[in-house]
Amino acid sequence: MGTHSHTTHNFNEQFEFSGKAKTWSLIAIVIGIVAIAYGFLIDSSEHHSERTFASLLLMGYYFTCVCAAGAFFLALQFVAQAGWSAGLLRIPQAFAKVLPIAAVILILIIVAGLFSHNLYHHWNHEGLTDKNHENYDPLIAGKASFLNVPFFLLRQVIFLSIYSTFAILLTKYSNAEDQVGGLSNYNKSVKVAIIFLVIFGFTQPIWSFDTIMSIEAHWFSTMFGWYNFAALWVSGLSAMTLTIILLKKAGYLGWVNQNHLHDLGKFIFAFSIFWTYVWFSQFILIWYANIPEETVYFFKRWEPEYKLWFWLNIVINFLSPVLILMTRDAKRQTNTLMFVCILLLCGHWLDYYMMIMPGSMGSHPDFGITEIGIAIGFVGMFTFLMLTKLASKPLVAQNHPLLEESLHHQI
Amino acid sequence: MSNTKYILGHFADPDDMMHGIEKLQANNISIYDAYTPMPIHGIEDKLGYKRSRLPIAAFCFGITGTLTGFSMIYYMLVYDWPMNIGGKPAFSMPDFVPICFELTVLFAAFGMMACFMYANHFFPGRAPRVMDLRATNDRFIIAIDARTNPYPDKIVDLLTEAGAVEILHNERKYVSYE
Repeated sequence: MGTHSHTTHNFNEQFEFSGKAKTWSLIAIVIGIVAIAYGFLIDSSEHHSERTFASLLLMGYYFTCVCAAGAFFLALQFVAQAGWSAGLLRIPQAFAKVLPIAAVILILIIVAGLFSHNLYHHWNHEGLTDKNHENYDPLIAGKASFLNVPFFLLRQVIFLSIYSTFAILLTKYSNAEDQVGGLSNYNKSVKVAIIFLVIFGFTQPIWSFDTIMSIEAHWFSTMFGWYNFAALWVSGLSAMTLTIILLKKAGYLGWVNQNHLHDLGKFIFAFSIFWTYVWFSQFILIWYANIPEETVYFFKRWEPEYKLWFWLNIVINFLSPVLILMTRDAKRQTNTLMFVCILLLCGHWLDYYMMIMPGSMGSHPDFGITEIGIAIGFVGMFTFLMLTKLASKPLVAQNHPLLEESLHHQI
Repeated sequence: MSNTKYILGHFADPDDMMHGIEKLQANNISIYDAYTPMPIHGIEDKLGYKRSRLPIAAFCFGITGTLTGFSMIYYMLVYDWPMNIGGKPAFSMPDFVPICFELTVLFAAFGMMACFMYANHFFPGRAPRVMDLRATNDRFIIAIDARTNPYPDKIVDLLTEAGAVEILHNERKYVSYE
């Protein structure tokens, strides 16, 4: 009956970032710092700094992806001129506002890992391109015009700064809209969103080839970019939905109701299937063709130390959202949806773990204080930064031209 | 007793029609159906419609498609004519996935369409039956079964009060396109 009920909401409502949320996110950041210090200084196992860097790369990439998913969500809503989401746009905006910070952190991790030879040593190592050197690797030498340190870092900086610029533009127009109203800012947002989606669509695969796929520089897959995009989008949607649910539980966002959560649930459901579709497309082609240079990727992941995680990855990221979220009622029940969001956020951590660890840690994968601590630290940092950004503006873009449609959304 | 089967209240405005529905319901008059030229949000809830069972049908058709695909491929590749393809065993599951998936989608889509057509009496060559042609054009229509609801005058009064621009007393249920 959404259409025919007229309730009034306080559109100046602002999120107040204090109390438990603030304390716990700060504690989580401290745990993260302690875990990094433990990984570098106290842990005395053979590969300890490599292990810490792999974990930092994982979480830095995950963190950037979730924030980029916020910018992507905004752009998508503007390009589709979608009305249903107008009331909840401030949450992806808060994600997008954190993107520049996330990008800087990711670049710092990559630079430090690259120059200390803890990351990407597969293609960044002494003598790999020198014919007379004992380390000479013809495959890497052939790729050296693309995979070399200056060009690699240049690409990272260009891609991430473009994404950040567009994320900032999209939030800036929305803030300007709050002040002056009218359609001019909305029209500008649509234009910027179109340009962003085109750039993001073409560069995001290359960005994930660089950041993740080049860890195993011999191996290549053209599906890898889409596979990473699907992971980015599902984990971003889960983080967004989880934020909205928790805000609603704290008494905010009165105008976001079961209908909006239902739509977000459909998004999560559909893109979990999309993730599997891309994952499987990559798998079946490699499995069918059975060419050694391609199968090396799955060969490593089929070894006993990864096999369990290989299967768990599919169970968590495909079977559970499909089976749990299939019915309409499940998507409309806040607690079920919240459970699936948390499950998928953990699941995509595992997904990234499966992408990174076999290449960087080889047959000695670790799971312990370093991994858990760094994950907690990044979650805390994301929560802290995102909620700080969220608290700086009212929780709804009240001059959004399609807001009325969102308030009466009914499915 | 008159021969009136259905009383149709024509409204020019969807909001008037929604108020008309509320008024009739408040007076314990059961509404047979409402016809509108465009979808109106919230009207199903107001008329007390149950949710469509089409998703259940879709699920059943989908499962049928999966099983059909699986048994077909199993019969062909494992039982009837096993072949050595790239040295892989005849019964290897990744092969089966695309075919099972495609047949699931095909069966679910066609099955849903067939169910929808059947439930709504759409068959090729059959002229659709409607209660009033203007419901497809510019009028929002409430239909009331005159034989189960007594006091036709009261119904007319209520409809007029709600803003009906025209009230028809039809002796036949449907008009045909012909």
